[in-house]
Amino acid sequence: MRLFRPFIPSLAMMLLASSGAGAQGILIDKSEIRFLSRQMGANVEGRFRKWKANVDFRPKDLAHSRAEFTIDLSSIDLASEESETEIKRPRWFDTGKFPVATFQSTTMRDLGGDRYEIAGTLTLKGTSRDETIPVEVKKDAAGNSVATGEFTIKRLEFKIGDGQWADPTVVADEVVVRVRMVLPRAA
Amino acid sequence: MTQTRYTRTAVALHWLSALLIFCGFSLGLFMTGLEFSPAKFRYYAWHKWLGITVFIVAALRLAWRAGHPAPIPLATTPAWQVRASHLSHALLYGLMLAIPLSGWVYSSATGVSVVYLGLVPLPDLIPKDRENAKVLLLVHQTLNFTLAIVVVTHVVAALKRHFIDRDTVLARMLPVLRTRPGS
Repeated sequence: MRLFRPFIPSLAMMLLASSGAGAQGILIDKSEIRFLSRQMGANVEGRFRKWKANVDFRPKDLAHSRAEFTIDLSSIDLASEESETEIKRPRWFDTGKFPVATFQSTTMRDLGGDRYEIAGTLTLKGTSRDETIPVEVKKDAAGNSVATGEFTIKRLEFKIGDGQWADPTVVADEVVVRVRMVLPRAA
Repeated sequence: MTQTRYTRTAVALHWLSALLIFCGFSLGLFMTGLEFSPAKFRYYAWHKWLGITVFIVAALRLAWRAGHPAPIPLATTPAWQVRASHLSHALLYGLMLAIPLSGWVYSSATGVSVVYLGLVPLPDLIPKDRENAKVLLLVHQTLNFTLAIVVVTHVVAALKRHFIDRDTVLARMLPVLRTRPGS
């Protein structure tokens, strides 16, 4: 979380700057970006240790809401140190050339109830694709808003794990990304 | 008569265990040194499937043995050898159950679930934890080297009985060689 220290002041500034109704940052220590891949038919869960978010979610003003994420790809938490070293190489993330993945929301829709849909652009290893993330927002005991969303990407569309690794029977093409964001109660 | 040799089922399961253990053990030694590759992923999966099969076969053997006792030791066997063989058989069964379990727990600790034959997902026994995984790998390896020592003892003892003592201890566990000519 050290990476975020420099980010906290800017987050505070953002909160100050947007003191309008419903403006929020996120509680990064309580939030997480995890993913699930399948290797030889077995689920393998991982997560990113370092990422930044700029979330301004206003349920009553979705047009002015936004969600932006910057994920440090080298901070990946996988099954082993060996696979963490490997995934940074050119065949996979190529973190030397593409250190981060980003998501930038374009539109948000209210689906009724606690459900929303966030459309945006995911940029990963130089490839940008439009993704739509269904999100559910609930209040936790402390009154914070907890947004959970899940969407599936196809790693081969982003040329992640190509060449000999392209075989989806060893590592499945589909990777399920699970996002959990905790937004502090609006002051 | 039934007490002088193992049942056909027991003999078949014994040699199936031997084959599975030999393949699983060799694959385990071989795969860990490979460079990161799809082949390595496959071998790890196969290794896990072999291990789970070893566990299943060992459990079947114990169940079968409960209803079909092993032949009584030959009258010519010294008492210490009877005790030693009981101990080594108990160790072999214990390790055939413990080693696959240790591999399964280790697998859970690494965050990679075991899906038997790519079809049957087994539950994770403990949560993912890298420090635990390191310890569990060491446990898995130590149990395996212990097994290797017990298996070598088991094989040497059987060969000694067959070729030096020239008795029927090995023959009663062989599918074809029923009795030695002249014995």
